[in-house]
Amino acid sequence: MKKRLINLLLPCIGIVLALAAWGAISTMVKDLPSPMKPWEESKIYILKPLEKRGEMDQGIALLAYYSLMRVARGFLLGIAIGTPLGFLLGMSKTAQRIFDPILQILRPISPLAWLPLGLIIFQKSEPAALFAIAVCSMWPTVINTMVGVRSIPQDYWNVAKVLRLTSVTTFTKIVVPATLPYMFTGFRLSLGIAWLVIVASEMLTGTPGIGGFLWQEYNSLIYAHIVLAILTIGIIGFVLDRLMGMAEARLRTI
Amino acid sequence: MAFISIEGVSKRFGSGRDARTVLSDATLSVERGEFVSIVGMMGCGKSTFLKILAGLITPDAGTIRIGGTALNGVQPNAAIVFQNYSLLPWFSALENVRLAVEAAFPDWSKAQQKAQATRHLEVVGLGKALQRRPGQLSGGMRQRVAIARAFAIEPEILFLDEPFGALDALTRESLQQELARLTSSARRPVTTVMITNSVEEALLLSDRIVPMTKGPQALGHPVRVDLPRPRAANDIMHDDHAAHVRAHIVTSLTRDMKPVSKQQVA
Repeated sequence: MKKRLINLLLPCIGIVLALAAWGAISTMVKDLPSPMKPWEESKIYILKPLEKRGEMDQGIALLAYYSLMRVARGFLLGIAIGTPLGFLLGMSKTAQRIFDPILQILRPISPLAWLPLGLIIFQKSEPAALFAIAVCSMWPTVINTMVGVRSIPQDYWNVAKVLRLTSVTTFTKIVVPATLPYMFTGFRLSLGIAWLVIVASEMLTGTPGIGGFLWQEYNSLIYAHIVLAILTIGIIGFVLDRLMGMAEARLRTI
Repeated sequence: MAFISIEGVSKRFGSGRDARTVLSDATLSVERGEFVSIVGMMGCGKSTFLKILAGLITPDAGTIRIGGTALNGVQPNAAIVFQNYSLLPWFSALENVRLAVEAAFPDWSKAQQKAQATRHLEVVGLGKALQRRPGQLSGGMRQRVAIARAFAIEPEILFLDEPFGALDALTRESLQQELARLTSSARRPVTTVMITNSVEEALLLSDRIVPMTKGPQALGHPVRVDLPRPRAANDIMHDDHAAHVRAHIVTSLTRDMKPVSKQQVA
């Protein structure tokens, strides 16, 4: 009982401390809203989360929904490319030697750098945003899948050899199940990155969504709404990570 | 000509200064239907020898012929049981055995394949644990699944790599008897090569025992075990012939060891 109380109390202390720090900084910086102000100014977005008043002026749930859909599509595209690539690199030493330098160079590139390229290729902001999300988020999936294939114990390869399994059966019955936990770790990290990228890509393309809203409110000098957007991004990111973590934990028990 | 003939097989691991000779000039022949055990201590290269026979490792030198043809990879009519069971943890006991049956008899119907897998699991006493995953089975039960998987493909040749090494004494004894029963009741003669570090286990199961030591000419002279079957561990313990064979094997295994001098003890 006492332990549960402490478990509940300690995170609250952290939140109070953060709010206090925010309050202190807001007294020093002229334009930074104090902790109370965002709620007063932006409660309409929270209290009417599904109301659509204009392109950017929408309820917070609607904005988050647009962003989540965009992230989902970009993320799915990313893992649809990243997973087979990871298997290829994991199973073939030659493929790894061919692609490794390219992979190492492309991996650290920021979403802000990919976006203009996407705009040049696709000419439209929506596919460019998806392109940026997919290209940035696929690397953890590629690398984890590759590592997963590499760490398949020799015992399992021996089973495949001894039972004289065909290469298709070996892949579906041994390689994929053995790699699955690693793949899901990759998916979780990829989703985290996809969510990070969404803000940058919406800011630059000006599409409706939580990141677009943030940038729009900054340009309209409504700083309190920015805080709302930041908190929403943080909470959604946290929930997404937890959901993927739960899926991952289920697979670990196999 | 012998069914399995091995001549001058050698294997080195690593290269340059780190090269390590694991096996050199191993020669042995095994008749059809025979049960031969290779007994040796840890690190004498017996496991490597079996993996070479099974086609999992290619030797650096020497020839291996099975049924008159040169060995090339894993034999289609051979099954292997490993010490660490090597079951796939994401499949149930039944699915593990079925995977082997499907690969060995691709022309059979799904129902036939399933029946074959089920029957062989029932034979080793796992009829009630078909749907359990390896993680939910004890070590003895896992090795039973591995044995069922080996016999379910109706092999002509059986390679056993210390199959009972990871089991407790009581489980080991019951599984040894089970294996003896399975090899003698199979539809066609099963030729078996077993690797073990237990002379008693070899005495219980084999027609011939080959001692193996470290170094060149690692394989010693085979010794025939002339004991009626089925054999019981208890009978072997008090049998004169068994005692003779045991003494011979132990002598050849320990011959090359340096005796401890009196000064060292003092």
